[in-house]
Amino acid sequence: MSGEHLLPGTTLRDRTAAATGDVRLRGSLARALRHFGHGRERALADLDDPDGLRHAARAVRADILADLPAILERLADRFEANGGQVFWAADAAEANGHIAGIARRIGARRVVKSKSMASEETGLNEALARAGCSVVETDLGEWIIQLAHETPSHIIAPAVHRDRYQAAEALQTAAGDRTLDPDPAKLAAFARETLRAEYLRADLGVSGVNLGVAETGSLVLVTNEGNASLTMGVPRVHVAVMGMERVTATWEQCELLLSLLARSATGQQLSAYTDIVSGPRRAGEADGPDEVHLVILDNGRSDVLASELHEILACIRCGACLNVCPVYRQVGGHAYGWVYSGPVGAVLTPLLASEHPEAAELANASTLCGACMDACPVGIPLQDLLLSLRRRRAERAGSAERAAWRAWAEAWGRPAGYRTSTRALARGRAAARWAHLLPGLSRWTEGRAAPVPARRTFRERWDAGEV
Amino acid sequence: MRVALFVTCMVDVLEPDVGVATVRVLRAAGCDVSCPDGQTCCGQPAWNAGAADAAATVARTTLDALHAALHDPADPAEVVVVPAGSCATMIRVFWPELFELVGDHDAAERARLVGARTRELSELLAERSLPPLRMPATRVAYHHSCHLLRELRVHDQPEALLDRVEGCERVEWGAAERCCGFGGLFSMKLPEVSVAMADDKLASLAEAGAGAGAGAGAELLVSADGSCLLHLRTRAEHEGRPVRTAHLAQVLAAALDGRDPRVAP
Repeated sequence: MSGEHLLPGTTLRDRTAAATGDVRLRGSLARALRHFGHGRERALADLDDPDGLRHAARAVRADILADLPAILERLADRFEANGGQVFWAADAAEANGHIAGIARRIGARRVVKSKSMASEETGLNEALARAGCSVVETDLGEWIIQLAHETPSHIIAPAVHRDRYQAAEALQTAAGDRTLDPDPAKLAAFARETLRAEYLRADLGVSGVNLGVAETGSLVLVTNEGNASLTMGVPRVHVAVMGMERVTATWEQCELLLSLLARSATGQQLSAYTDIVSGPRRAGEADGPDEVHLVILDNGRSDVLASELHEILACIRCGACLNVCPVYRQVGGHAYGWVYSGPVGAVLTPLLASEHPEAAELANASTLCGACMDACPVGIPLQDLLLSLRRRRAERAGSAERAAWRAWAEAWGRPAGYRTSTRALARGRAAARWAHLLPGLSRWTEGRAAPVPARRTFRERWDAGEV
Repeated sequence: MRVALFVTCMVDVLEPDVGVATVRVLRAAGCDVSCPDGQTCCGQPAWNAGAADAAATVARTTLDALHAALHDPADPAEVVVVPAGSCATMIRVFWPELFELVGDHDAAERARLVGARTRELSELLAERSLPPLRMPATRVAYHHSCHLLRELRVHDQPEALLDRVEGCERVEWGAAERCCGFGGLFSMKLPEVSVAMADDKLASLAEAGAGAGAGAGAELLVSADGSCLLHLRTRAEHEGRPVRTAHLAQVLAAALDGRDPRVAP
């Protein structure tokens, strides 16, 4: 990872506690997520067999991951045969260095970008700025947060944490003397007008990739604003940055995943725009770039693929798990501390940002309620992966935590030990010792009344023949 | 029917009345109830914290007790019954995984046998006949605890049991299937988020059944998991807006006598 803008020495509890205190943030989140949630339910209910499709999608993603190196090679070969250029980036620095190199070679000063989580992950905008380029994000939400010097707080709706007044405030910085009306339609019209000029002036276009299709060496991008079309179509040179897992072998697989992606994300049957680029503009074609580059980003993914947590790479970034997560709903994306938020972020961040010790505690950002697993269109067992991460963390945990669990197991692993301790609890004698035994128990009373143990346990009453 | 009760540590220590009510209802449903010696806890706190070895040590003790009850040569129980969706899930879903993980294949095999014969209370009761049930007219909201709903896929049974109680007016509740924020140690690791989730749930309770016309708002919050109720109740108490809660077993036990479950017997 780039590590430039994220996990800045705060704890998960600090960040989530601050977020829960932000009433405006929680209002914005609740409104948006209700909207997404209803849309998703409606869109899935329209299908004849939504569960059958999800099972099929899970199997497709498993097949792809099992054969990933070969599929990627095929994609790269076909893409090059189509006239594109491929660069394999082992990490963020390599990816950014390569793209900055392209910018320098063509003398680029102005860059337009369509939303890309992979390039958020690498910190590409900062790298391009260091290479002397000004970068403009062209997804409306992404542009708003760029102007506000923020990071995305949602995988598909980066500015979901801002209400329209806060959106207008951010856009005002691009409007100069003109005063913006916080009416969403008027804000969108302002963005359209301003960004059009940016496309025309740009030397380089940068986009992400929703899915690369190996069969024909094509890159598929979906948007609702059409900004990817213009980012790819107008500037002379285009660079697409793709996480190495974001591929399918065939168009048939791609079609299945796209149909679930839009439904799960926004409740649409298909996104408003689906762009496909298979290479540079050919002779006689009216538009398209002269050069197209594909950067295939590893950045820790190979290690994940080889681990017991490889299923997380099946993710197609629809954001459905965020929308249904009761924790995300309260705290929003920034509390997760890095590019990816919600349940998928709680799994991905500890894996991809493993050099940051703070990242490991994200596995605790879940009640294990399972809503994310139910919503995931490709059946990722997010809850099981979070438990795996918690076990990894526990193995590295400090001796106090380990000792506490050992003491607990020693006591409750014996019926006599259990009875002694529960009777002591019932007599109110063991509260202090109890707080020692279960780490963090004292925090219960931060916001909740202390539970009062019954005077006699059930087992005592049963043994006395009173039940 | 001979049933072995796994009472759970939470019920044993904090909510023994739920255990007593469970036994009463089971007996009313024609069950002969035993409470096998040697049981302690299902190990879930440690399992969820990633402390698999500690979880296995504790879970093995309870596994031994339940396995013995099902295989008692003199008087074997037919099923194990658990008055908590979360602990029933630990036994049925996570025990085999836990024991395989720590390399105890023998325990994993026994866990599968016990799991196949373990029922959460409402699952078992829904299949049994009960005497007539009635309570003073009360608007009741049912909270679907997450493990029961999404791991054991128990959705309709608790509601169907409540619907058998004359006087119980079950209200529609938009947030009924949303997590209450307890999450075991989650409630202590991230207390601010945990209580924010409880507040969301409690706030929506006031609007439960609002579409049905007069008398909106639930008067009693019911669940099949005492831990969720404990979390919601102690949060409401802390905020000075106490909310009446009752475990499903308590509602049914009171309804055997036509009593109000909100009033202690």
